[in-house]
Amino acid sequence: MDERLRAEGLTLAYDERVVARDLSVRIADGSFTVIVGPNACGKSTLLKTLARVLKPRAGTVHLDGEPISSYASRHVARQIGMLPQSPVVPNGIVVEDLVSRGRFAHQRLLRQWSTVDESAVVEAMRVTEVLDLADRFVEELSGGQRQRVWLAMVLAQQTGILLLDEPTTFLDLAHQLEVLDLCADLHEQGRTVVAVLHDLNHACRYATELVVMRDGSVVAQGPPAEVITPVLVEQVFGIACRVMDDPETGTPMVVPASRSRRRETVQARAQPSLSAGS
Amino acid sequence: MTGVVRSERPASARRLVVRRGPVALRLRVRTLVVGAVLTATAIAIAVVNLASGDFPVPLRDVLWALAGQGDAGTEFIVVTLRLPRVLVALLVGAALAASGAVFQSLTRNPLGSPDFIGLTTGASTGALLVILILDGRGLPVAVGAIVGCVATSVAVYLLAFRHGAQAFRLILMGIGVSALLESTNSFLLLRARLSDALAAQVWLIGSVGGRSFTDVALVGIPLAVVLPVLLVLARRLSMLNLGDETAALNGVPVERSRAALALSAVVLAATATAAAGPVAFVALAAPHLAARLTRAPGPGILPAAAMGSVLMVAGDWIAQRVLPAKDVPVGIVTAALGGAYLTWLLAREWRRGRALG
Repeated sequence: MDERLRAEGLTLAYDERVVARDLSVRIADGSFTVIVGPNACGKSTLLKTLARVLKPRAGTVHLDGEPISSYASRHVARQIGMLPQSPVVPNGIVVEDLVSRGRFAHQRLLRQWSTVDESAVVEAMRVTEVLDLADRFVEELSGGQRQRVWLAMVLAQQTGILLLDEPTTFLDLAHQLEVLDLCADLHEQGRTVVAVLHDLNHACRYATELVVMRDGSVVAQGPPAEVITPVLVEQVFGIACRVMDDPETGTPMVVPASRSRRRETVQARAQPSLSAGS
Repeated sequence: MTGVVRSERPASARRLVVRRGPVALRLRVRTLVVGAVLTATAIAIAVVNLASGDFPVPLRDVLWALAGQGDAGTEFIVVTLRLPRVLVALLVGAALAASGAVFQSLTRNPLGSPDFIGLTTGASTGALLVILILDGRGLPVAVGAIVGCVATSVAVYLLAFRHGAQAFRLILMGIGVSALLESTNSFLLLRARLSDALAAQVWLIGSVGGRSFTDVALVGIPLAVVLPVLLVLARRLSMLNLGDETAALNGVPVERSRAALALSAVVLAATATAAAGPVAFVALAAPHLAARLTRAPGPGILPAAAMGSVLMVAGDWIAQRVLPAKDVPVGIVTAALGGAYLTWLLAREWRRGRALG
């Protein structure tokens, strides 16, 4: 069976700069897919293309078997929700108003606040724990609170597929885990979650499926335990490391080599002997 | 009406939820109240304007005349002489303010009103060409203004707004185009005969004096068509305020919505300017003033329109009755009021430590 969301032969570009060529990826239904890769490897661009915010130069994104461009934008917005990396914070809007705007795709001119809308907004604010912030202005919230509010807005959209572009950036460790736990909860409730993350160890802990990207192409895809090896990390990030079992979860844990040992590997690059162990 | 006011919330957040049959709406109580008060104020000042003049008419007779029950003389003064002027003021104020609200919201910039992005200057150039070159008066001038305004907006759009360009670019481009047209206008005036130049100058200040029911229709019919369209599009406009990306992610067809909104606002600015000349600062100030009163996020098109009407009829009353010189064009008053407001706005923004835009 085909996946609900898949991309085939994408060429992604901003004006002249080509970010990716012939990029294909399938998002397993019901997975918690995490996309990792070095900066500027095309992760965010891929995510935006999957959400139809960007048009691919070539290739097609398929949603439920049809090209995503063939649907009305409102229909897509009821299937796929996305948390962008740095959304614009408008002035003078309170939390509840912002979260309510996540219902746009479900509303009609004269049907803007049905009981379904109301319960979707309340539920989204409840799971993200922002109900107490309902009447606060968004611009006066802390980074962590604000991120939860944006997440609530996306959840109010009630989509089966959730795309999250670096949802943990600018958050301290506690808030990072809070957001990731919430994503895991949403995944357990049956949603397909796709997130771009920078922290490999977080990625390995939470992902059921890892997509490793480099220079605009997918280098590896699969469960973290099968994908993450010292060779792969070195190949993708250029960092010598060890991969061990996370003592808490048993998932792979990437431990970068010390500064001096990394210097050695750089010098030893000519000889293809990898000094990393596992 | 099955309305529920959720009163446990702070006053600013109080909502009226209306659910009946296929209708399910949630309205901010404060916005409703402000809108109603502003509309009532505009109508009250309009009635005062109808009553006052060289032949003062008692308020009761004004109302009778409006109802078609007054004596012939009063009816002539109130309905034939004064009503078109007052109606033009009400409608032009509403149209300019609604247009300003849409543009400020689209550009996400408090200076993004039609005055600043070249539209009214373009309308002036069109009108001046008709007055000074084609020797036209009345309706042809209005047509010239509309053509000038629409042509300028197309030019600015093509130069700055393609490819979903930054809103800020639109404003800079508009200022550039404005300067160009402004110099064209000055050149045209400089070469004109004195009597023509005088007629042109009065038009350039913006006036509602000596208006007929043709002018009322000129601005009233487009307003009646466009305002409902804008109310439908307003939800998309609020979504666009969250950024193009977020809007698109929530199912807003971004480019199409922006084009439809801009076109509607251009129609309002063009016809309002055609009917009353480039009345200064109403489009800029009314949306801000209304937003300050409603304290609501988003474009607030209807409260802004009501505020625009208030500013125009009040401005016209001051221009006619308060200033020592008789029958000053309303544009002078709105420019003075608007200028004072803009200065205050800038000072306030700077105090807060950030420049506009």
